[in-house]
Amino acid sequence: MKLWKTILTAAALVLSAGTSAFAARDLVIGITLEPPHLDPTAGAAAAIDEVLYANVFEGLTRIGPNGEVLPALAESWMISDDGKVYTFKLHTGVKFHDGTDFNADDVKFSLDRARADNSVNAQKGLFAAIDTVEVVDPATIKITLKNPQSSFLYNMGWGDAVIVAPETAATNKEKPVGTGPFRFQNWAKGSSITLIKSDTYWGAPVSLDKAEFRIVPDAAAAVPALLSGDIHAFPFFPDPDSVAQTKDDPRFKVVIGATEGETILSINNKKPPFDRLQVRQAISFALDRKAIIDGASAGLGVPIGSHMSPANKAYVDLTGLYPHNVEKAKELLKEAGLENGFKATLKLPPPPYARLGGEIIASQLRDVGIDLQIVPVEWAQWLDQVFTKKDYDLTIVSHTEPNDIDIYSRKDYYFNYDNPTFDKIIADLSLTSDEAKRMTLLGEAQKILADDAVVGFLYELPKAGVWDAKLEGFWENAPIQANDLTKVKWTE
Amino acid sequence: MTLRFDIPEENFADILVKAFTNRSFLTGFAITIVVAAVAIVSFFWTPFDVTRLIIADKTQAPSPAHWFGTDHFGRDILSMIMVGARNSIAVALVAVGIGMGVGVPLGAFAAARGGIVDEAVMRLNDLVFAFPALLSAIMITAIFGPGALNAIIAIGIFNIPVFARVARAGTLAIWPREFILAARAAGKGKTLITLEHVLPNIVTLLLVQGTIQFALGILAEAGLSYVGLGTQPPMPSWGRMLFDAQTRMVAAPWMAIFPGMAIVVTVLGLNLLGDGIADILDPKSRRQR
Amino acid sequence: MTVYLLKRLAIALITLVLASMVVFAVLEIIPGDPARLMLGLNASADQVELLRNQMGLNAPLALRYLHWAGGLLSLDFGRSYTYSVPVIDLVRERVVVSLPLALIALALSTIIAIPVGLFSAGRHGRAGDTIAMGAAQLGVAVPNFWFALMLIYLFAVWLRLVPSGGFPGWSAGVWPALKSLILPAIALALPQAAILARVTRSALIEVLNEDYIRTARAKGLPFRAVLWRHALRNAMIPVLTILGLQFAFLLAGTIIIENVFYLPGLGRLVFQAITQRDLIVVESVVMLLVAAVIAVNLLVDLSYAVVDPRLRSRQ
Repeated sequence: MKLWKTILTAAALVLSAGTSAFAARDLVIGITLEPPHLDPTAGAAAAIDEVLYANVFEGLTRIGPNGEVLPALAESWMISDDGKVYTFKLHTGVKFHDGTDFNADDVKFSLDRARADNSVNAQKGLFAAIDTVEVVDPATIKITLKNPQSSFLYNMGWGDAVIVAPETAATNKEKPVGTGPFRFQNWAKGSSITLIKSDTYWGAPVSLDKAEFRIVPDAAAAVPALLSGDIHAFPFFPDPDSVAQTKDDPRFKVVIGATEGETILSINNKKPPFDRLQVRQAISFALDRKAIIDGASAGLGVPIGSHMSPANKAYVDLTGLYPHNVEKAKELLKEAGLENGFKATLKLPPPPYARLGGEIIASQLRDVGIDLQIVPVEWAQWLDQVFTKKDYDLTIVSHTEPNDIDIYSRKDYYFNYDNPTFDKIIADLSLTSDEAKRMTLLGEAQKILADDAVVGFLYELPKAGVWDAKLEGFWENAPIQANDLTKVKWTE
Repeated sequence: MTLRFDIPEENFADILVKAFTNRSFLTGFAITIVVAAVAIVSFFWTPFDVTRLIIADKTQAPSPAHWFGTDHFGRDILSMIMVGARNSIAVALVAVGIGMGVGVPLGAFAAARGGIVDEAVMRLNDLVFAFPALLSAIMITAIFGPGALNAIIAIGIFNIPVFARVARAGTLAIWPREFILAARAAGKGKTLITLEHVLPNIVTLLLVQGTIQFALGILAEAGLSYVGLGTQPPMPSWGRMLFDAQTRMVAAPWMAIFPGMAIVVTVLGLNLLGDGIADILDPKSRRQR
Repeated sequence: MTVYLLKRLAIALITLVLASMVVFAVLEIIPGDPARLMLGLNASADQVELLRNQMGLNAPLALRYLHWAGGLLSLDFGRSYTYSVPVIDLVRERVVVSLPLALIALALSTIIAIPVGLFSAGRHGRAGDTIAMGAAQLGVAVPNFWFALMLIYLFAVWLRLVPSGGFPGWSAGVWPALKSLILPAIALALPQAAILARVTRSALIEVLNEDYIRTARAKGLPFRAVLWRHALRNAMIPVLTILGLQFAFLLAGTIIIENVFYLPGLGRLVFQAITQRDLIVVESVVMLLVAAVIAVNLLVDLSYAVVDPRLRSRQ
């Protein structure tokens, strides 16, 4: 017996040697999705930006922790009076990680490449307003727009608009070379991506020596990885409901921030019976947002009544328009001649907000007589069936792009919503630069969407971040999907 | 699992006596009956309604009201396990049915015909066997969409060669027997002989294999549901319950413990039952006792 | 003998070719468009079409099959849609996780199962046998993913002895890499060990009833010596068969376990590739696993022929 104990203790000692021995300037950070490749200018996957944005690649401008536009490779800029010519003054002495110099030629190359006809940039719309890009001198670049665009500086801060070098542009997918404070070291496919501090960085040096992005595919694996100390930080924790259980643990800091993700129950507006206003309104009345938020996001989400983030200046609170009211919902269904209810499908993409929320919504709609069949789909199928072919009744998805209310005016968008009045407002909006007028227009747009009950507006997706209590400097909110590590450091 | 092909030649009373003195059989039988009873009761009564989500009651620890606690949607875990039993049994039973229904005729036919037909059937078997069952089940459910029905089909397909092999081996062992020769001499056709003489004699073999495959089916369904490809909500399933539990192991360990135990007990019961039947009907094991 | 060998080999080859057709045919009907997936929500139809052409998705089916099958033979598995690297590179990276994992699990399972089988057979019918076989029954009944979950919370979260998942890579050192394979290997090995112990026991008991063992015992050899020296060697045939089958199973059947421990192995590669509709990867990895199963089955068949002379003469 004694022998056994000795052996076990010895084994424990051997096993534990080296588990917690990491240098205090190293960071292991968890991400859910593995990027398909490492070139932010050639793919829409948010996972690419989660690793590389602000860390390895930089653009002319960058987006700050609260969604503000900050200077990056451009130290300053001038805008002509007609709002069409932007002249950027670039930082000098900037080097790419391969040792080559950065200058205005690289900017011209990057922007021309992104907006070329054969470009595979996933956000070509960002560059649509650009008419010409001219190199004035190595430290100055002049961009002329076809028409004034109020969001241009913001657009240039996207991950899709980062500056790459002509020499390495073709190989960035495998071996990214940028100008940022970290340079790429290694990508163990399916496992992790490692960045190390760049010694030649032009800006303020970072505190971390090494950052390993470890791919932890789901909440089930993320919870024990955090609890066991294998991973120090999980800024985008995949499942808010399960992060709640680490809240009382003094080893961790749980930070709930805002995202730009309007989580909605999307409705196929052309498909009967959803083409009828009463039916869509009945669904809105049948939804109990509190139960959905409590059940799918541990009570952390902020309810919304239209397609706008509550953090946005233009936000109008419309959550009172359709309070949870089963009787009213049944009445509306009766008016629509559907007093016996009907059957429909609910296609759910993989994220927990959709899968958990879907079960709750199915149960709530059953209470008013709508019998939903839950169909779980992978993203590939969702994109194909729901988004492209519009072969769906209902689905749940979080629209994480900022300021994206215009999607309801897009022709052929998957909501199948068509309202000329709304389209007119969006068209006016793009031509209006007066701030007050814009707010009014955006308010009207929100009201129309709510009145039409285009979709079931649920809540603003919370960003549940959790990290070691000894770490600081992470973004609390998620204006864009990025893990900016430039300010992250260990406090002891 | 090796099976022996001797045919018992004893009367029913002897078998009954042996059954009641066989520990494996008794334990397995008792567990199986209890699980089946729970599943049947769930059709008429469960402590709570499993289709109603009461978010306010989420993840409550076991208590006199909720013996096994509640899950993340406030549903009673005991009630869900009861309904889940029904689901597990249904999936495994149909999958075994598919395996037997297709595999036994194939195997018996191949053995009776021999030659090219036998060869073709066995090569087809090889082909199915070459695909690791779980991998293929995941592929099938990924292509045709997750769901109980596709899980049944996926599991069922991989039961076919198993039963075909057992039926073929059993048939081959019986075919040279005198009573078969007599029947052939009397001018009976192969199909008739297979139906009248061969099948009744390999039924016990199939029964034993059936319980084994039944148990494997329950594990397979749990595995598929666990990776999200089996039974879909709102229908409760044991594997699905474990899937939901895994992210809440700290806050609500009971969500993982009780469904896991339900699977273990059920599979254990079926395996014991299968062992017991094999023991009782197998003359070789009698000799050893 | 030679005829038997050739016949087995031919059968294995035919199965392989048929399997490749099944794999290719089945995967072509997976719904979903990889080009659309790669470009994301806001891509236009033109961009998607451009990428489809780049990836050769528009070529006729038969041509694509021949191209693919020809590639397999020359170990050119094509390029992954999602990773845009040759599939063979992915496989090479993953196989160094899955193969050691399967081998460790197999070794563990054997180390546990053979002594338990010997122990049980030696005490056939007595209390020790009943307890050991009861434990084996339990082992067969435990779902390995549930067992894995329990192991993670016990050894990684609570005791903090081993990592909860992930794989640091062999470049991080042999010990850290091995350490992250311990729990998954145990989770995989347990049910296999339980099955193997039962097979070993019943094979031993059968051998112990053979005449030559009775003779050996009648000559006064101690039971233990008979058990180890004569019985075990003769009982090895069915045991080895099961071991061979288990190896194939372990190599392929790690999908769920690799997901629980998020190990970057072949199982997770194929699971991810299925969800991302990365057809080329799915086809290649499935074919590889199928080929492994066929190869191991062939080896088992051949070893039968070597060991059992009756089988040789019958052919």
